[in-house]
Amino acid sequence: MIEYINKIKEISERLLKEGIVDIIIGFRKGTMPMMNEPCFAKSPEDIKNLVWDSNCGINLANYLTNYSADRKEKIGIIAKGCDSRNIVNHIIENKIKRDQLFIIGVPCKGMVDRRKIVSIFEREIKEVTEEKNKIIVKSDGFEKILKKAEVLQENCAICIHRNPVVYDELVADLVEEQKDVDRYEDVRRIEAMPVEKKYKLFDDLLSACIRCYACRNACPLCYCPTCFVDESRPQWVGKSINPVDIRTFHFLRAFHCAGRCTDCGACESACPMDIKVRTFTKKLEKDCFELYGWEAGMSLDERPPLDTYKFDYPD
Amino acid sequence: MNLGYTMKVVRIDKKNWVGDIENLSRSYRLFGPVKDDNFHRFEELDKDKLPDLDYFNTRLSPKSIVYPQSETMFEYCLDERKKDHHVMKEASKDYSQRAVIGIRPCDAAAFLLVKRNFDTPECKDPYWVKAYEATTFVGLACNNPHSACFCTTAGCGPFHEDGLDILLIDAGNHYFAKIITSKGENLLKAAGWDTKVDAGKEIESMKQNAETGITSFIATNKLKDKITADLFDAPFWEDMAFACINCGTCTYACPTCWCFDIQDEVHGCSGTRMRNWDSCMYPLFTLHGSGYNPRNTGMQRVRQRFMHKLKYYVDKYDNGIQCVGCGRCVSLCPVNIDIRKICNTMNSYEK
Ligand code: SF4
Ligand code: SF4
Ligand code: SF4
Ligand code: SF4
Repeated sequence: MIEYINKIKEISERLLKEGIVDIIIGFRKGTMPMMNEPCFAKSPEDIKNLVWDSNCGINLANYLTNYSADRKEKIGIIAKGCDSRNIVNHIIENKIKRDQLFIIGVPCKGMVDRRKIVSIFEREIKEVTEEKNKIIVKSDGFEKILKKAEVLQENCAICIHRNPVVYDELVADLVEEQKDVDRYEDVRRIEAMPVEKKYKLFDDLLSACIRCYACRNACPLCYCPTCFVDESRPQWVGKSINPVDIRTFHFLRAFHCAGRCTDCGACESACPMDIKVRTFTKKLEKDCFELYGWEAGMSLDERPPLDTYKFDYPD
Repeated sequence: MNLGYTMKVVRIDKKNWVGDIENLSRSYRLFGPVKDDNFHRFEELDKDKLPDLDYFNTRLSPKSIVYPQSETMFEYCLDERKKDHHVMKEASKDYSQRAVIGIRPCDAAAFLLVKRNFDTPECKDPYWVKAYEATTFVGLACNNPHSACFCTTAGCGPFHEDGLDILLIDAGNHYFAKIITSKGENLLKAAGWDTKVDAGKEIESMKQNAETGITSFIATNKLKDKITADLFDAPFWEDMAFACINCGTCTYACPTCWCFDIQDEVHGCSGTRMRNWDSCMYPLFTLHGSGYNPRNTGMQRVRQRFMHKLKYYVDKYDNGIQCVGCGRCVSLCPVNIDIRKICNTMNSYEK
């Protein structure tokens, strides 16, 4: 996947030069191992800094809402499968117009979970590089080669839409989609639990939450000008670290994302406390799939089940 | 009180460590790092629980030991059958003597920075001051600093003593304990540590070794002379702030961030007034009652955080930057906003 970058740079440079877009949204290399920083590029100088590798898990569609709101610029955006589906969401929710965007599509091969790598390596990691299907982790005098497939983000391991859904140009041939993936094994396991056990599970899951809202803020769906937890007139939810308020936030947020979540994993990757917040959104994703045959962000021409009504919908 | 020249060093045999901690727990509430999955966190230690000193640093800073994320200030009750109903009362707290075992020197130094705000001649924050005064800080020198630590250029260092009452130095089979203050002296007695040694040279060489292990640096020398408005209006903020999602993780994790918000909560006929950590990264932080928000964009909020730490604080207290170089914000930021990069950019900015 690292080989994509030359093509990304070539396309970006051309788009800027020909005035097709005013700005490119992509990633530049971070200062920490396994971290890239979302950035914009407006000049050939900026383009030089663009990178693409297995550490681009942050969903760039999130940056469109900061940009499109009051700007009329034409935006070039680099989009892997999940980003493209969130762009579709933005378009059908009227957050942005399709023709304001030039989508540089990236057939994705999955992003790595830096926490998994940290826990396998057990020492301070100084450098991480990648080659084809391998991740090479280095510390002073130590090296470990990991199979990329074993350290993928959980959502990437079960992703069945790695290819972008909408795009104006691709950086490489489409990749083969993963088949025979059981997307909901974990949800079914929780569904089968008795109530008390579920309650305990959620309690434990959220016990470390510091209510920073990184999960929400990393999510392209969460673009409300004032989130219900921040509303102060009237105030709906308390602001301390009371467990009921914390649960309220997570459950309501998940419901607000129902039928919209693309399982891009940005929430989980952003959480500083390693909380598996997808536990909640995935349940609703599964319900939407089972009840309405709906997968979010797959088409510009169909309304989502929760903002429309069809006679054959179940109650 | 700093003991200055009388500073002494004792040796603590690790074989006796369990018993020593048990001794301490008789007269102190003990706090220390404990392991939790991939990370450590500071926690009050139950009887028989030992601080895990085989650690790098905790994910969140230990500031919560003195300054909890949510803290009740007052309580009231309107139930006429209850004593003191309709009276707003101060919430009762445990300010008995406590000790933090194994705090890193940067985090201890951070308490001194925060003290400049919470404990001044004009204004004393009662909760913070009482909790701080009740606490004895037993530090653990960093023999092996991490690559994101930049303490030596942020006003402290891996063997830094300011803010500590005792500094422990791990020397294999034993610790050296350097007694820094009279609070430290008292703790020493309670633990029964009395094997005085002359380890000055050995400690000095370990210290130098640790300092050479620091590989990350910031430049702050020109911040003070910069014109505030120039930095404020500098063109680099848009680029630097672009990735920031305004989650406030950096401020919650930071040992030197001190902002809070006061909230009232009512439950039936009783209620509390509490304070919760707040963050300049949040839009609500500056939202006026009128609906106007002077820091309405993410960029303005990012700029505020760094201008506060690296310029306003520098100008106001003339005592360095409001950062001790622990590196937490750098490692925890989900989009890799790096204070080192921003500090260096501010320091070298010419209009
Ligand atoms: S969810 Fe799919 S498209 Fe998105 S990063 Fe993972 S593998 Fe790529
Ligand atoms: S990012 Fe993590 S810690 Fe922050 S609010 Fe979300 S779940 Fe809680
Ligand atoms: S700098 Fe990073 S940690 Fe801080 S608010 Fe921005 S995104 Fe969150
Ligand atoms: S600003 Fe960052 S590096 Fe400095 S003390 Fe705070 S968390 Fe640590």
